[in-house]
Amino acid sequence: MSGPLAGPAIRAVGLRRSYGSHLVLDGIDLEVAAGTVFALLGPNGAGKTTTVHILSTLIAADDGDAWVAGHDVRRDPEAVRASIGVTGQFSAVDGLLTGEENLILMADLRHLGRAEGRRRAAELLERFDLVEAATKPLAAFSGGMRRRLDLAMTLVGDPRIIFLDEPTAGLDPRSRRVMWQIVRELVASGVTIFLTTQYLEEADRLADRIALLHQARIVAEGTPTELKRLVPGGHIRLRFTDVAAFARGTRAFSGAVRDDDGLTLDIASDGGPRSLRTVLDALDHASVEVGELSVQTPDLDDVFLALTHDDRKAAAR
Amino acid sequence: MNAFTAYLTDSATLLRRNLRHMRRYPMVFFIAGVPIVLLLLFVFVLGGTLGAGLGGSLGGRADYVAYVTPGIVLFTVAGAAQGTAISIAMDLTEGIVARFRTMPISRASFLTGHVVANVLQTMVSVVLVVAVAIAIGFRPTAGVVEWTAAFALLALVALGITWISVALGMLTKSVETASNLPMPLMLLPFLGSGFVPTDSMPEPLRTFADLQPFTPLIETLRGLLLGGDVGTSGLVAAGWCLVTIVVGWVWATRLYERDPAR
Repeated sequence: MSGPLAGPAIRAVGLRRSYGSHLVLDGIDLEVAAGTVFALLGPNGAGKTTTVHILSTLIAADDGDAWVAGHDVRRDPEAVRASIGVTGQFSAVDGLLTGEENLILMADLRHLGRAEGRRRAAELLERFDLVEAATKPLAAFSGGMRRRLDLAMTLVGDPRIIFLDEPTAGLDPRSRRVMWQIVRELVASGVTIFLTTQYLEEADRLADRIALLHQARIVAEGTPTELKRLVPGGHIRLRFTDVAAFARGTRAFSGAVRDDDGLTLDIASDGGPRSLRTVLDALDHASVEVGELSVQTPDLDDVFLALTHDDRKAAAR
Repeated sequence: MNAFTAYLTDSATLLRRNLRHMRRYPMVFFIAGVPIVLLLLFVFVLGGTLGAGLGGSLGGRADYVAYVTPGIVLFTVAGAAQGTAISIAMDLTEGIVARFRTMPISRASFLTGHVVANVLQTMVSVVLVVAVAIAIGFRPTAGVVEWTAAFALLALVALGITWISVALGMLTKSVETASNLPMPLMLLPFLGSGFVPTDSMPEPLRTFADLQPFTPLIETLRGLLLGGDVGTSGLVAAGWCLVTIVVGWVWATRLYERDPAR
């Protein structure tokens, strides 16, 4: 496999692609550091799958350049293919073979040799909890099992960069958590993961960096925390233990949103340390005892809706 | 490993995969079954009357078995195209081909694996059909050389038709369409000298029957198996084989190389 990567694992500059007159990607720039999880987040039809297809050498971009593991996807697709593993949106397993046969097929195509291929297949069946189903035809597999086998097949060649196109779409919550755990283990072993998803929670939990893809463009990019700071709506929540303290609190923070039954106050904040200090100082000053303080940041849903809202209005006009 | 040995290794791997599919879901019984039923129908239901019209020395049904078997054998080869197109279309709809395309494997090996597996499947079907024909009274006069030549010819026809049906399978987006597209191929033996001599047909059908590829193929096979002159039909048959192999190969390879999304 390829050695340590000097530059970023994945880099794309100005990727453009259209299908007929329909522009799917309108100048996408990306950079994914080696050993990290990068999530491309967006609704259906935003261009996520097209991006994965271009970076994994399945289709060509109309314009722009991309390098994966340091190799140009256009000029040296074979070198890219040798460094990557791809698990697509639709399970790419051989439905007429058993789980074990599917894995051995991958090992043979990677020229691992008979003994090594079998060893690797057995190891992956074990790791992905597929041992019992190994010798059954795939028709007997559940959706979650098919997806796990799909990912196991991707890992046969020990790729250092893995593309996961909506790895949990259509999975039940339990299978989704299993898949998340697998992704975390992969990253822990030093693999770079490029993930697409339309689930904000998934990007939030897994990704080191997130890019929001909306209408063929990347509208925002950063760590989950940075993205959440992009939108207003964060607040500091104070929970009081008795009515007297609550009453003093409401006097100290006259602009706060109060919940008389829950004895809580929500004070608008950007979630930064300065606003937290202001609140603490005010509490000290008024000598109010607080039972519990929590900083509530907006979740990615807020970010997503805020960033895509204007365009939608513009489109409707 | 250099590019060519990698191609051979990958082709062999994918051939094994396709043969495993064929063992697990033996389509060969359908591919051989339809022509066998047709053979029995033509020989036992229509054969007495059709055979009398041939004016041969054996008379009636016995003459007709001899006449129709080469036609049925080529009908078998044409019918096998369906199996090929279906297997290609199934692979494309399953998403496994997208996986192959993003792996460092020789591009051509995917098509080679399919073509070789399907030619083998066709030849097994041909053997089954010929065995049934012999069981119901087909008495070829061919010696070892003629049999070898006959099977070589059939393998070449199968190779050409398989390449064409690989392309047809890639043209379609669904398995259902893929199974229908090669249907016209199966009609060609009927519109040639497969079941009755072409000079019994009205114009312009007769001209079409004489010119279309299946007539020289059937006549060559007849000549090899039953004795008689192969002559120019052998050359024309070989020419047609070459044309279909080259056209099918170029067409299928181009379709496989094109941008899968467009």
